[in-house]
Amino acid sequence: MSAKEVLTGIHFINGDQACCEGALAVGCRFFAGYPITPATEIAESMSKRLPQLGGIFIQMEDEIASMAAILGASWGGVKSMTSTSGPGFSLMMENIGLGICTETPCVVCNVQRGGPSTGLPTLVAQGDMMQARWGSHGHYEIIALSPSSPQEMFDFTIRAFNLSEQYRLPVIILADEVIGHMNERVIIPREDEIEIINRRKPTVSREEYLAFKPDADGVAPMAICGDGYRIHVTGLTHDERGYPAMDAKGQEEMVSRLVNKIRNNRNKIIKTKNMFIDDAEVVVVSYGISARSSMQAVRDARSDGIKAGLIKLETVWPFPEDLIRSLTPKVKAFIMPEINGGQMVLELERCACGACPVSLVSNYGGAIIHPSVILGAIHKAVKGKQ
Amino acid sequence: MITQKAAKSAQSHPMDFLLRTERIPHIWCPGCGIGTVFSAVIAAIKNTGWDPNSIAMVSGIGCTGRMAGYIKLDSFHTTHGRALPFATGLKLARPQTKVIVVSGDGDLFAIGGNHFIHAARRNMDITVVCVNNLNYGMTGGQQAPSTPLGAKTTTTVNGSPEEPFNFCYLASSCGATYVARWTAMQVRSLRSSITEALFKTGFSFVEVISPCPSSYGRRNRMGSALEMLKFYHGRSVIRGDIDPKDALMDIDKEIVVGKFVDIERPTFLDNYAKFNHLQIPHWRPMHSED
Repeated sequence: MSAKEVLTGIHFINGDQACCEGALAVGCRFFAGYPITPATEIAESMSKRLPQLGGIFIQMEDEIASMAAILGASWGGVKSMTSTSGPGFSLMMENIGLGICTETPCVVCNVQRGGPSTGLPTLVAQGDMMQARWGSHGHYEIIALSPSSPQEMFDFTIRAFNLSEQYRLPVIILADEVIGHMNERVIIPREDEIEIINRRKPTVSREEYLAFKPDADGVAPMAICGDGYRIHVTGLTHDERGYPAMDAKGQEEMVSRLVNKIRNNRNKIIKTKNMFIDDAEVVVVSYGISARSSMQAVRDARSDGIKAGLIKLETVWPFPEDLIRSLTPKVKAFIMPEINGGQMVLELERCACGACPVSLVSNYGGAIIHPSVILGAIHKAVKGKQ
Repeated sequence: MITQKAAKSAQSHPMDFLLRTERIPHIWCPGCGIGTVFSAVIAAIKNTGWDPNSIAMVSGIGCTGRMAGYIKLDSFHTTHGRALPFATGLKLARPQTKVIVVSGDGDLFAIGGNHFIHAARRNMDITVVCVNNLNYGMTGGQQAPSTPLGAKTTTTVNGSPEEPFNFCYLASSCGATYVARWTAMQVRSLRSSITEALFKTGFSFVEVISPCPSSYGRRNRMGSALEMLKFYHGRSVIRGDIDPKDALMDIDKEIVVGKFVDIERPTFLDNYAKFNHLQIPHWRPMHSED
């Protein structure tokens, strides 16, 4: 059997399959998961493909176990991921927190569906944006990416692994049912064209090694199980040795480290795709499937003679605070289309800080936002300013 | 008079090579049985003669969960109940590492009960040592799935209205390949049982009935730690190789101890390799440059 690691070529596949291929192309060799619509196809693809490449697929008893297993696998030195949707994402929160606290690289793909609770298993929503940001208890920073097409499912899965390895944390892919289930053209590049970032290994001796002492970039080199460093890894607040340091000072030092490694590197992490924003009076800020509706609406607005622009958030967390703040003096209005009751719009409002009006275009899930609705909001925003 | 040499030897211990000595003293209460079990685990590890770098310990949360913080192995103190799924991922990513899970009865069988039955069913090649102190010690002595019917805890002040699990029977019915129970007073048997479990391929399980004088003992008027130990020991009856369903665990009647299961069964990895036509030894961590 000589299955290919990277299926170089042009494919017609859905977003879930593209996610699987992206993961394999960047070196993921462990998947633990639990079936859930609309993310099941990621697990199914993985169960077929991983054994071909000498990797492990295991279907766990629930999503709590799935998340725990991928953390364990990561400490075993293998790039690992899981996929799920809302109900499973809720169950994963506990061990996402463990992954944050123990600085464990791994990837979680949440193919969002309507909620709360069992909600709309087969229909689209973008209701887990804030859950991805704050869902596990305590204070921390997170990285989350939001693809708008099967091609981006492939590309962003690669980037998610690279970011997780570079910054040592679980990175979340916030896809949605439409992206997961839609078939589109996906171009898989040649193996040598795929950027792969691996976690830094320690270069010092066991005696000198401090498992959680960061380098200049804020990230500590990572010894894995069996490297001979005899690491101790705990979800308790810990010091640079990894030993419990349970007081205000220990907490301040550890949480600062977890927060600062993301905040201080945010300019390298945050990516947006900007369209017509240089002269834009109305800027639509959107992500995922809603960004595609927004793109159409912005083009239509331009045809109508309106100076509209689009910021498509590729990284939803951290939020591109600096970019929004820089545009606020120049822009007459921001519009955020999203399939929830208004989540990322809160971030947009925070960054616009009352200096320019922000409006929400949304539904609670079950259907994508039609471009005409966004176009209507653009027209309204322009009129409002006259 | 203490000589200098004796004073020095009192400061070091033959098991120091497996201890994070800088973390001692430990947090366990005086009279707690966990120290005894910890020492049996360490002695068993030494008995195997394995390279410590090829062994990992994974624990959950609770008093017993703190063992992972004192042992000088790659050690992982995970979330409450999740030691087994974490250990599952670790073992599958690194089959060459021997993985030991240590945790309490509440961690393994209440919040982690679902994970326990499935890890046993899959026959994950993991050794589990469960310290059963009949209650939740870390949080101050609440009812656990091991708490005897009628026993007093801080959440069952008038007596527990629930029948407890028989962990050994549960483990064997889920497919564990090695199942044994001892009290914390039967140190020699415990040590050799854990050693045997470590050498066993597959899901091996050793339960230790251990005194918690600060909480369980105090609330149930069981006297000092030593009296508790003697009580458990006095109740224990060695009956190896009996049907695990007859291995009674009832502190009011009989604590049946011994080895109840020692069978061979293909592990998850054996079956995964078989059905996928793979060679397990060829798997290597993918990220490393070596």
